[in-house]
Amino acid sequence: MTQVNAIRIEGVCKRFDGIARPALDDIELSVGAREFIVVVGASGSGKTTLLQLINRLSEPTAGRITIGGIDATALDPIELRRRTGYVFQEVGLFPHMSVAENIAITPKLLGWEKRRIDARVNELLGLVRLGADYGPRFPSQLSGGERQRVGVARALAAEPEVVLMDEPFSALDPLTRDALAQDYRRLHDTLQLTSMMITHDMLEALGVADRIVVLQAGRIVAEGTPKALLEHEHTYVRELMQAPRKVAARVASLLGDGVR
Amino acid sequence: MDSRFADALARLPDYFGNHVLVSLAALLLGLAVSFPLAIASRRRPVLRAAVLTATSLVQTIPGLALLALFYPLLLGAAAFSERAFGHSFSALGFLPAVLALALYSMLPVVRNTITGIDGIDPAIKRAALGVGMTERQTLLMVELPLALPVIMAGIRTASVWVIGTATLSTPIGQTSLGNYIFAGLQTQNWVSVLFGCVAAATLALAVDQLLALIGRGLSARNRRSLVAGGAGLCLIIIAALLPNVSMGSRGYVIGAKPFAEQYILATLIQDRLRTRGHLTTRKDGLGSAVIFNALAAGEIDAYVEYSGTIWTNQMQRTDVPSREQVLREVGQWLKDRFGIILVGRLGFDNAYALAMLDRRAAELGVTSIADLQRLAPRLSIAGDYEFFGRPEWKAIEKAYGLSFPKERQMQAEFMYPAVAAREVDVIAAYTSDGRIREFQLRVLDDPKSAIPPYDAILLVSARRAADEEFLAALQPLTNAISLEAMREANQQVGGGISPEAVARTLAKKIGR
Repeated sequence: MTQVNAIRIEGVCKRFDGIARPALDDIELSVGAREFIVVVGASGSGKTTLLQLINRLSEPTAGRITIGGIDATALDPIELRRRTGYVFQEVGLFPHMSVAENIAITPKLLGWEKRRIDARVNELLGLVRLGADYGPRFPSQLSGGERQRVGVARALAAEPEVVLMDEPFSALDPLTRDALAQDYRRLHDTLQLTSMMITHDMLEALGVADRIVVLQAGRIVAEGTPKALLEHEHTYVRELMQAPRKVAARVASLLGDGVR
Repeated sequence: MDSRFADALARLPDYFGNHVLVSLAALLLGLAVSFPLAIASRRRPVLRAAVLTATSLVQTIPGLALLALFYPLLLGAAAFSERAFGHSFSALGFLPAVLALALYSMLPVVRNTITGIDGIDPAIKRAALGVGMTERQTLLMVELPLALPVIMAGIRTASVWVIGTATLSTPIGQTSLGNYIFAGLQTQNWVSVLFGCVAAATLALAVDQLLALIGRGLSARNRRSLVAGGAGLCLIIIAALLPNVSMGSRGYVIGAKPFAEQYILATLIQDRLRTRGHLTTRKDGLGSAVIFNALAAGEIDAYVEYSGTIWTNQMQRTDVPSREQVLREVGQWLKDRFGIILVGRLGFDNAYALAMLDRRAAELGVTSIADLQRLAPRLSIAGDYEFFGRPEWKAIEKAYGLSFPKERQMQAEFMYPAVAAREVDVIAAYTSDGRIREFQLRVLDDPKSAIPPYDAILLVSARRAADEEFLAALQPLTNAISLEAMREANQQVGGGISPEAVARTLAKKIGR
């Protein structure tokens, strides 16, 4: 990667008061511009904490994080969050605002003109395949998949370069989850985003990632392309790969039998 | 139409208007204080605990007591302000009522605002931070809108409480729908009592529903219900303002304590002033201490007092000299201390007196208080709320060595029937009360003169001391009303005739 790294995490530790084991322990990670990186780990592995450190919803106990080459602590956290897209696990749409208002929130905070906001909202509703007629609806009137599409649109609204996603699709049914993940991957490519997604589902990671990072008990135990990870020796990584492998083998054998 | 109902209806604009204004001012003040307090304390646990405890504590004080407490407090503040800045303010009526009611309204607003904001899903708050909102933006754009239904419920509760409790501001001199209730209770005019209750309840319910409509309009962004609710509230406020705007000057203010005799006499005074073309206003239902202080401060211009009350309560005297001497000393004291003019005695006295059912007294062979000494341990006694705390009761107990096993306090309206039904043996009656004759009671002699004389006297504030016109209008009332005439008038009110009608009959009868 010749370009400067979009995100660089250097020797980061995070401890919480009253808990002996650090949530994150000596994390080293670089995310290149336009890279799609997926962090895989079980619950409690520290993956959400890692994500929150990047847009300063939380601060590291030790170590340094740079965003676009600038030390994160030198940036105004509010400013940083406004130009970083964030998709939440629980969706986190504001229930008292319409879909259009939810999407418009960050541009509005940034003081965009109304015309520009309206145009951007319509554009995004198209990009996430909802259509302009969804604008006036309220979150409570949407399905889970539709809601998360709005969540993605809201994260992209202020034209961020970096998008952080905290298990964005894990609450959805497999079909919807896959459709959304593929749609997002397409957006990542066309909009030339830098994306960092966290998930506990290796299958999902394999489907979209340029690079996968495996987190276990606050430490990075493996990192590499999906292909490289399939050959990885680490016990935990092999364990994680078992399920996708089994599914692949089963599907292959079924296809080999000529059953359609 | 029942004349009592028509009478109540005629007073509605004044009572309703004042009730709405005092409630509105209290609610606005309460909101202006509690809302920022709740917001400020939502992330400060110590302040929050302090605010919640303090506002809860206020709720434990009975409404009437809270209102009453503000009067002496403000009186002190007014005196201080007079000394410090040479500028005083009225400690009576509007101000203490608004302050006490505002304090009363705080708990539901504070508690619901805090609870409402606490109850928001933490994921939503995280999302607000995540999209780049500042603390302030999170509060204004997310927390408050989402907590709005709960906050609105708090405001509705507060408004119902305030409108209901405002009826209790009558005794501290604030006209309200409570005037119907207090006056009605004293004159046994149940139509008036009911009218006041229904009016206050209707107002409270209407405001509650209109606020609910506004709340729904805000949360559901329904402009129509927002406008409808707002228009309804505006209508109530305009209706309240109309009579108060047209009534520019208050003219002479005549005070009355909360019982029938006072209402009759205040009307009598008012009628005399009116026929001479003067504007008059009434301040009804004031307690003994409140009414005297109000006269001393010039907030009312005249009222009928009883010499013994000034003698014992204000002058703190325990000796009981002759009727003439008490009158003379009271007059001198009032003039020296407050510049108050004692115009003269009306001609009758309304003293406390121990009374028994005539037949019962005959059975027991009781004619004077002295006879009660040996009987008291086996008898029960009842008095009004003031009586057992008054110095003359202590004096009677001491002079005659009485020790009743039980002292029961009750409203005068229930005291007379109770003694007639032999539920109590002795009551502290009033000598001018028509019910002494009606219930065939025997007033016991006071051979040791433990009870001071209670001549009805007409007092005029220092402010009007040089108002010849005013004094001339009142002068003819001195020595004009006999005990018999007053008893009869009181009895007529007890029988259901309005104090106004009785006052007119009395005026004719005494030729004034």
